[in-house]
Amino acid sequence: MEDSLLMDAVERFVKGEMSAQEKIYFEDLRKNNPELDQTVVEQIFFYNELEKYSDRKNFTVALHEVETKLSEEGIISRNLPKGKGKLIQLWARSKRTIAVAASIAGVVSLFIAGLVSSVAKQNPTNIKPLVEKLNQQESKTRQIESKLSKLEAGVNAPVVKPRLDAKFRATGFMIDAVNNYIVTNAHVIDQAKHKLIIENNKGEQFSAHSVYVNPQMDLAIIKVDDYDFPKMASLPYTIKKSNAELGEQVFMLGFPKQEVVYGEGYISARNGYQMDTIFCQLSTSANEGNSGSPVINKNGELVGVINSLETNADGVVFAIKAVNITRAIAEVKKIKGNENIAFKGSNVLKGNDRVNQIKKLQDYVFMIKGN
Amino acid sequence: MLGLQNHYYCINIRPVTTLEQEKLLLEGLAQERKESIERIYREHYSMVKSLVINNNGSSDDAADIFQETMIVLFEKAKSGEFELHCQLKTFIYSVSRRLWLKKLQQSNRFISQNDMLEESIPVDDDVEHHEKKQNDFNLMEAAMAKVGEPCKSLLEAYYIQKKPMQQIASDFGYTNADNAKTQKYKCLVRLKKLFFAQYKFSE
Repeated sequence: MEDSLLMDAVERFVKGEMSAQEKIYFEDLRKNNPELDQTVVEQIFFYNELEKYSDRKNFTVALHEVETKLSEEGIISRNLPKGKGKLIQLWARSKRTIAVAASIAGVVSLFIAGLVSSVAKQNPTNIKPLVEKLNQQESKTRQIESKLSKLEAGVNAPVVKPRLDAKFRATGFMIDAVNNYIVTNAHVIDQAKHKLIIENNKGEQFSAHSVYVNPQMDLAIIKVDDYDFPKMASLPYTIKKSNAELGEQVFMLGFPKQEVVYGEGYISARNGYQMDTIFCQLSTSANEGNSGSPVINKNGELVGVINSLETNADGVVFAIKAVNITRAIAEVKKIKGNENIAFKGSNVLKGNDRVNQIKKLQDYVFMIKGN
Repeated sequence: MLGLQNHYYCINIRPVTTLEQEKLLLEGLAQERKESIERIYREHYSMVKSLVINNNGSSDDAADIFQETMIVLFEKAKSGEFELHCQLKTFIYSVSRRLWLKKLQQSNRFISQNDMLEESIPVDDDVEHHEKKQNDFNLMEAAMAKVGEPCKSLLEAYYIQKKPMQQIASDFGYTNADNAKTQKYKCLVRLKKLFFAQYKFSE
């Protein structure tokens, strides 16, 4: 019994839970009683061993969960569980090609990046990207909010995820609801120096990482890698194969503020700023935070991704043509570990009124935040 | 005025450098984050698999070796003093190679001479350190197995799953948290005795 009292003391001592007074008393006791001190040293050692054991145990659990997931995808193969021979063979045969393709892709994109940066530096423009920088005040508010939500969650909540202290906010939308890939602008991802997360319309945050950044098209593809991210139903929209028509009515959903905002407009020119053919021009209003918003026509087809606005004109907004998303997906497919990416959508928006279209669409549009 | 000074295109291809990214990945690993584990698997598993399979191993061996490499990496990341002096890839390759060599030697099989698919660095210390830790882990695991129920579940709930005492009390049917706590300490004393009995013996 005395041993267990001592154990309690040691545990609180190691965890730093002792009050200052208690600590002095405890240390005094150890100093004056070598035998006790010996026991304490032993206890501390044991306690540390137990902590290490616990960490390792938890890590192994996580490791096994990941292994199971990747086994299901055919990336890891063990002979014991159900066989997936064909897939693996296929992978074994093509992996060399894939590796070569990936490294070529890497070199090419580096080259393009170099090219673009040298051009971009000499060529200041009057268009501005639509990422919203979040100021100190807002992030303070968010910290308080997150503290409050922690309190609300109660003491018994096992793990409360810390909310990200974001430095910017933009928009992105789902292009693969099976493997959780989201598209946004390259200039958005460029702001994420440390952490990148997505946030849904319920305010839940999920971690993500960038998989592909193409500054030339100003497109980026990120992957949600959070295990808590709920499974989504398949995409309710398709990508329009041809370019959007001049005068075509379009609408968009984005996050110029902390909630989703609807906007309407029409295609006002076939090309973008200085006749750039990657982009098209819209007549609508967009604000900071709209970067990465999907532009959708009345038939529920994706026609573009908002990326910037002209600063010396009113209502002139640019969007990346949707065909570029298809191109980006094809390039991501070549990157190791991302071979499964695929845009699988069916158009369920067609024929619905706008209110219903938005209802079906909004779950697939996310805030992109980072710091 | 809406900032004219803003450049339109981003300048960097990557949001963060590889080094920074790998540092973050290791931090995630130290926190037992599944996202980080998954990324390392996705990026490096095929490399280790080729190494093992091209050197008399099966895909099961490859999975085992990679798992053990991940544990070595975790222990290093957890120790906090881990600084990557090389690319993560090189470290993973070196550790896997060392572990596989050992396993081959144990079963009197040998690695072919031209196994060096990738750059490799000496990691003998790391692997040795890992073996010591593995030994400690096994001792605790054995002690845990001997401690008996309900002690085992009680200790696991508190020390591994980190459940609050209040919840443990109600899960295990103790009348209050204090009773559960007393019971937990009794179990802990028993575990400690079992652990040290083996530990001193094996030293």
